[in-house]
Amino acid sequence: MSTVTKIKKGLNINLIGEAEKIIADLKTDHYAIKPIDFNGVFPKMLVKEGDHVKAGTPLFFDKKHEYIKFTSPVSGKVKEIKRGPKRLLLEVKIESDNKDEKIDFGLADPKTLDKEAITEKLLESGLWPMIRQRPYSVIANPKDEPKAIFISTFDTAPLAPDNDLIVHGNGEAFQTGIDALSKLTSGKIHLNLDADATHSKVFTNSKGVQMNYFSGPHPTGNVGVQINKIDPINKGETVWYLYPQDVLSIGRLFLSGHLDPTRIIALTGSEVLRPQYYRTKIGASLEAFTTNNVTKVKKRYISGNVLTGKKIELDGYVGFYHTQITVIPEGNYYEFLGWALPGMKKFSMSKSFPSFLFKNRKYRLDTNLHGGERALVMTGQYEKVFPFDIYPMQLIKAIMVEDIDLMEQLGIYEVDEEDFALCEVVDTSKTNIQEIVRRGIDLMHKEMS
Amino acid sequence: MKVLRDFLDKQKPHFEKGGKLHKLHSTFDAFETFLFVPNKVASTGAHIRDAIDMKRTMIIVVIAMIPALIFGIWNVGYQHFLSHGMAYDFWPMFGLGLQKVIPIIIVSYVVGLGIEFAFAQSRGHEVNEGFLVSGMLIPLVMPPDVPLWMVAIATAFAVIIGKEVFGGTGMNILNPALTARAFLFFAYPGEMSGDKVWIAEKADAYSGATPLGHLLVDEIGKLPSDWAMFLGTIPGSIGETSTLAIILGALVLIGTGIGSARIMFSVVAGGLVMGLLFNLWGANDYMTIPAYQHLIMGGFAFGAVYMATDPVTAAQTTRGKYIYGFLIGFIAVLIRVFNPAYPEGMMLSILLLNVFAPLIDHYVVQANIKKRLKRVKVLAKA
Repeated sequence: MSTVTKIKKGLNINLIGEAEKIIADLKTDHYAIKPIDFNGVFPKMLVKEGDHVKAGTPLFFDKKHEYIKFTSPVSGKVKEIKRGPKRLLLEVKIESDNKDEKIDFGLADPKTLDKEAITEKLLESGLWPMIRQRPYSVIANPKDEPKAIFISTFDTAPLAPDNDLIVHGNGEAFQTGIDALSKLTSGKIHLNLDADATHSKVFTNSKGVQMNYFSGPHPTGNVGVQINKIDPINKGETVWYLYPQDVLSIGRLFLSGHLDPTRIIALTGSEVLRPQYYRTKIGASLEAFTTNNVTKVKKRYISGNVLTGKKIELDGYVGFYHTQITVIPEGNYYEFLGWALPGMKKFSMSKSFPSFLFKNRKYRLDTNLHGGERALVMTGQYEKVFPFDIYPMQLIKAIMVEDIDLMEQLGIYEVDEEDFALCEVVDTSKTNIQEIVRRGIDLMHKEMS
Repeated sequence: MKVLRDFLDKQKPHFEKGGKLHKLHSTFDAFETFLFVPNKVASTGAHIRDAIDMKRTMIIVVIAMIPALIFGIWNVGYQHFLSHGMAYDFWPMFGLGLQKVIPIIIVSYVVGLGIEFAFAQSRGHEVNEGFLVSGMLIPLVMPPDVPLWMVAIATAFAVIIGKEVFGGTGMNILNPALTARAFLFFAYPGEMSGDKVWIAEKADAYSGATPLGHLLVDEIGKLPSDWAMFLGTIPGSIGETSTLAIILGALVLIGTGIGSARIMFSVVAGGLVMGLLFNLWGANDYMTIPAYQHLIMGGFAFGAVYMATDPVTAAQTTRGKYIYGFLIGFIAVLIRVFNPAYPEGMMLSILLLNVFAPLIDHYVVQANIKKRLKRVKVLAKA
């Protein structure tokens, strides 16, 4: 094994409701692609309600980059195009006809294709949006030359799915995906593994990659942290990144010639009765997962994990980039003198609650803020859970005052809002830090393009 | 609790927008959130949040001050009877202390919170919890015999000029409690220094000078024993005398992670280094006292644990905290020994470094920025 990058800063939050390592097939006819999942994309529709689509039929494209298309995961009918305020496109709902009609993109061995041909295939099939870039965490621009491609094979977020289980038996598809990706960059493909937990041969036997081992608490699994430690981004550089299931989809495109948007999704959280894994497709309807499988209390459904996921309603759909659903209780209750009582069962990074004595306890946490929003008073909190060589508090303040030069100097190109999720969790002043960071990144993106 | 909650829910509409008592909504909000942690949920970003909030943070600091407060109350009584040459049991001494200290605490909280509420109200903000701590710190740094009207104006000055003009809690440059102390020190030097103020209703014949007072006039022989200074059975401000009680408080702050151990230890290190340098020099009696004695005299320990660690006015970066703390200790001892006009160097040293903390942070952050720029340049060359 090569050297292990040890990360000390961070925090593992142990929650109840880890998915049991069983994969079941999910039965649903309802899918949706949500344009709002894609940062910085201005969607323009290509289909109307009632149109018939096949798996791989383009649904909409990005007005700014017309070649970036978003395709239907299944064959069926466009059931509804749901818009929000100001005609913001929210969901393009597809009802499957179970006929499994697919567009043929043609079999090919990526080793024999050049960069243009591979890019073309990925764009046409709608797999391209899986490849994102830093800075800005937006869909990669196929015309760019990335200095490296990063793949994080492990997720350290609370209740995160186990990628070893997910990729099991898919060695050929994974290697084909890697072969395709390696044509897209003249730099390296970094395959980042958990030094303690990654054992799958699918990962460890991959060829044509540089393997980097990491160990440490969350956010060690975040690709942003890994880039920062292995090959930090400087101004003007671009790094691409994607996740193991995306690599599988890319591999299968070349192996079968068809779009295969299979996703294995972990259903997790304290309010799930039988947390486990489900095999389905991108954009599956939430209801299929939760029917007869959740508790009776008032719940919050999250597409993604509790730190960075998006709140969805029961009639919602799993996000394009998400491989996890978390269901936790809502926290809209009052608590008498909650700030003063000992609070034996409360979770806190600080040691001001006695629960710190029970290191291995698993928590059933709700969405209560546990206090009111205040000015930024405490210092040194963010630094404990932020393993970048960046001053988080100073960067956040620079974003708040929209000082572009300072944001750049303090390293905004290297971060994504997900990297600040733990700062937001532990923050005494209850500031919505991820929202602020996203605003800063969007502002920067606008200024630089 | 359901009854109380129902009552609040019934009253709430009056204070909301359009209600007849809307003008008092900050006040209502302050009381409501005091009784009940609000039912607000995370709307964006992380869906779970740490149980800690500003109220919890502040109450822990107040708890950390309790040992110093209780000892201070006893010591006020003890010093009084000592000066009269009378020996008494614990309770009469504690009782007299209570008589002296409780009114100061009440005045400090009433005046300070009154102003805080008024400002929050006029700005339409929620009332900040910062004054829960400042309101307890102010009595602890007062001499026992301070007139209550002085406490009132010092508190008002500290809250308005020290904090609210900058935008309130989190925005202030100077530590509010020390601003109150400094205000009295410069506005009423007669009442805040010399020998007569440190013991409540002192007998005239008794000296009553603090250890720092003795040293200023070269009475090194009259210094109390190390043990007395460590335990705190010496004259001084209400909460500052007992190093032992302050260490108990420090343990609470460090144990819960709410007070910065980095700052505390670097203040101590700074004080010791300056003390040792003076030992080497040894030009006068003051310079020759063992360096550790600086730590147990006057407000050094109190300042290091409760004042220097105020996160708003301290340096914010990790490296900056070490520099900031070290310089506080270093300069405090320097002022004590070199400047006979200001016996309590700790107060001035912390205020000085409060002003310089942003500058320290600036240079620490600049170093990080330069490192990032260098990375780009190296790359451009390669």
